[in-house]
Amino acid sequence: MKRVGVLSLLGDFAAHAEALRRAGAEPALVRDREELRSLDGLVIPGGESTTMLKLLRYDGLLDDLTEFGRRKPVFGTCAGAILMAQRVSNPEQESLALMDMDVERNSYGRQIDSRVAVLKTEPDFESRTAAGELEAVFIRAPRIRRLGPGAKILARFEGDPVLVEQGRHLAATFHPELTRDLRVHELFLEKL
Amino acid sequence: MLQFTSEQFRLKVGLAEMLKGGVIMDVTNAEQARIAEDAGASAVMALERVPSDIRKDGGVARMANIAIIEQIMKTVSIPVMAKARIGHFMGARILEVLGVDYIDESEVLTPADEEHHIAKNDFKVPFVCGARNLGEALRRIAEGAAMIRTKGEAGSGNIVEAVRHIRTIVKEMKQLTVLGKEELVHASKTLQAPLELVEWVAQNGKLPTPNFSAGGIATPADAALVMQLGAEAVFVGSGIFKSSDPGARAVAIVQAAKNFNNPEKLLEASRSLGEAMPGLDIAKLPESELMQTRGW
Repeated sequence: MKRVGVLSLLGDFAAHAEALRRAGAEPALVRDREELRSLDGLVIPGGESTTMLKLLRYDGLLDDLTEFGRRKPVFGTCAGAILMAQRVSNPEQESLALMDMDVERNSYGRQIDSRVAVLKTEPDFESRTAAGELEAVFIRAPRIRRLGPGAKILARFEGDPVLVEQGRHLAATFHPELTRDLRVHELFLEKL
Repeated sequence: MLQFTSEQFRLKVGLAEMLKGGVIMDVTNAEQARIAEDAGASAVMALERVPSDIRKDGGVARMANIAIIEQIMKTVSIPVMAKARIGHFMGARILEVLGVDYIDESEVLTPADEEHHIAKNDFKVPFVCGARNLGEALRRIAEGAAMIRTKGEAGSGNIVEAVRHIRTIVKEMKQLTVLGKEELVHASKTLQAPLELVEWVAQNGKLPTPNFSAGGIATPADAALVMQLGAEAVFVGSGIFKSSDPGARAVAIVQAAKNFNNPEKLLEASRSLGEAMPGLDIAKLPESELMQTRGW
């Protein structure tokens, strides 16, 4: 069986592990370098991206994650998607630059502006998973401000791309791990 | 549909999920908020005075000055929480309009109502509340709290009460998981908590909200201890800004929360920290000075 890890420094890593388990994988909680080695793919969960960055820097893990992403699939949600971007704004901060996109943090406002929405999925998403609406939980969500030509949009919210893929990588500005719908996790597991 | 499975409730719990494994730090001004964020706090809690000063100064402890909360919100990009007095739903309404990310209906401030807590389900902003035992935690969740923290004894620098509370909550949850239907009805009565929540805990073995710890955390070892006992994140009040080197201690406690399972890294985090905040023997505190007994 393929081994998928969930970066477990901060955030809703437990919810991701549960979703992966329900999708048929055996997730491993990853807190240091050694645990990264044996993995076929990695999920970077939601949380606070600035705080995660600091935790990654303390342990000198940033370069390991960049290196991991050069070879293996990475799936980031919310803070995870921010970490995977090329450029980050509001405020500017370092990132792993795994995907050709620019992301603005907290772009829809504060917690009071958080919401549950129903997404319009693209045909490419529907053809690879079961059809049907995709419920999305946005929490202090970021917005993808620029997307490179190599990236593909799998779902939109009010016109903005919110679920995108580029080669082996997948990023969501919302939290599929906080719903019962496993399709996004299944899509990622297919990449391993 | 039960309130605690509604869309609104999922959003509130969702933000609490994002804070798991992290450290939420009490701050009284923008400068402290900056230090906390730089050290790796996952959120900050704005209040007028840290609990140990409230204890020392006496008088009425109120919600923080709005101008200061605003400055803190402008200064940091992590979530900003603020404390409201127990039962003070209009204070909470003001904080909601201001746009804070979480409200702590807190026993650390002087209660504004000695019978009623805030009806938290009516708010869009999420609330965290303190609890000493499972019954209290479930009553708060029934009112709409989307995050529970142990009360511990705020401003004491003594972890003993937080340990007592997290152990009690975890033990009482374990006990429910082995009870039959009719026994759960009885448990609902003795816990003074709604049956539907008691049944939910019995089925899942955990709270329907994240379960954090607060009240007396002063060292990296303290943070790791409550995490080992089942807390999913920690709040540090006076422990950071009443120590001799707040920046270093804040970093150390952040490291400890993340590495609560790794004694070598905890040792590393515990080196060269300077003096911890002064601690109090809770057994010698008069009943009237306890904060944990506030809330009903």
